[in-house]
Amino acid sequence: MKPVMIIDTGLANLRSVEVALERLGAEVTRVTSPEEVARSPRLVLPGVGAFGPAMARLDRDGLSIPLRQRLLAGRPTLAVCLGLQLLCEGSDEAPGRRGLGVLPVRVRQLPADQRVPNMGWCPLQNGRVQPVGHAYFAHSFAVTGSDLGRLEASGWQVLTADHGGPYLAAARRQGVLACQFHPELSGSWGASLLAAWLDDPAGKETSWPR
Amino acid sequence: MAQVRIIPCLDVRDGRVVKGIQFQDLRDAGEPAEQAAAYALQGADEIVMLDVTATLEDRGARLQAVDRIRRVLNVPLTVGGGLDSSDQARRLLSAGADKVSVNSAAVRRPDLLTDLAAEFGRQCVVLAIDAQSDREGGWTVTTRSGRQKEPLQAATWAREGVRRGAGEILLTSWDRDGTGQGYDLELLAAVRAAVGVPVIASGGGSTPDQMAAAVAAGADAVLAASIFHDGHWQVGDLKRELQRRGVEVRP
Repeated sequence: MKPVMIIDTGLANLRSVEVALERLGAEVTRVTSPEEVARSPRLVLPGVGAFGPAMARLDRDGLSIPLRQRLLAGRPTLAVCLGLQLLCEGSDEAPGRRGLGVLPVRVRQLPADQRVPNMGWCPLQNGRVQPVGHAYFAHSFAVTGSDLGRLEASGWQVLTADHGGPYLAAARRQGVLACQFHPELSGSWGASLLAAWLDDPAGKETSWPR
Repeated sequence: MAQVRIIPCLDVRDGRVVKGIQFQDLRDAGEPAEQAAAYALQGADEIVMLDVTATLEDRGARLQAVDRIRRVLNVPLTVGGGLDSSDQARRLLSAGADKVSVNSAAVRRPDLLTDLAAEFGRQCVVLAIDAQSDREGGWTVTTRSGRQKEPLQAATWAREGVRRGAGEILLTSWDRDGTGQGYDLELLAAVRAAVGVPVIASGGGSTPDQMAAAVAAGADAVLAASIFHDGHWQVGDLKRELQRRGVEVRP
């Protein structure tokens, strides 16, 4: 069994990511303490809700520091949707509130002339002609523009999607995988990505699943 | 821009999938979890489950159905039917729903949308609107499975609903539902013009041409039930036909 711990954010739907990991043979438990966040062999930072309250809660529960440490060390951590945004320096959604600052970028509001929320399946690109896969998104904020290049310059492997311009779909470095999309809701491709993350805690594999 | 979603709808009653015309004459069409998994395997982009008779005593059964579907489903699941409180929404989301759909209760108490968006985020909140064409050339909102006409126009209510917190509109044409005559394109265009959030077309869609027309009228997703339950179309075949018509769908 592969033990996985999900940070229990107190928000309702952790179930989808929980069962998706269980289907892949993971043994999933929910955790709330800084010690568990520091020690967990594999950790999931789920993403539902808004940036400000979610970050406030991590700070209040003492989880921000152990989270940041394990992320900087590249230890196996999966961040989903808002989870990815919390890894950034800050967000337009809560201008005064600092994020975990592991991704050296800021989260912006999606352009108002586009459909917002961006809800549905988008092809994922890594600079080649053919999409890497397709994934399900449900978000109103994203990392965009020149920030994408800054991530790659910091050693992050990046996937992008398009919504009135390219935005960050996923970033990966060592054991850390941050997804703006929901891998747990992204069909068989999403399951392959989760399986790759479960099976490769050091993040040695550099290609994305097909 | 996200690709156009194809959404099979499971109308559930007493734990079974049923189908009928204009919400009447319901017939049995299978087990929800089995059907959901089968449609996902065919390429369904999302599943909507509407519990058409979710009375108080049925709510436990519905939670069990959501739990069973979630265990086998790896695409998004939206659940609705008689939902009238944040508390119920929380239980459905905990059981494995990714979004909740509200209808009559939001008309009675629009603050419900605000409450749901504040607690769960607007991406979890779907406003279902059942609209019926009226003599003035507009569309009247109906509630209680079409039995009650409300003093509200569909496009106006859609805009108000989004302002209060809905992140998506599930727009059903009462006139077309179950008829297979195609989506109400004028209704779609009117609601599309009123809101910036995704709109799901529902009611009357039975062919690729009708679905392509709905997309051209502004739909971000198309929902259908009987064409899938009756085996007239496999989701994958339908998507290939839509691609041939220039509609961008997930392959």
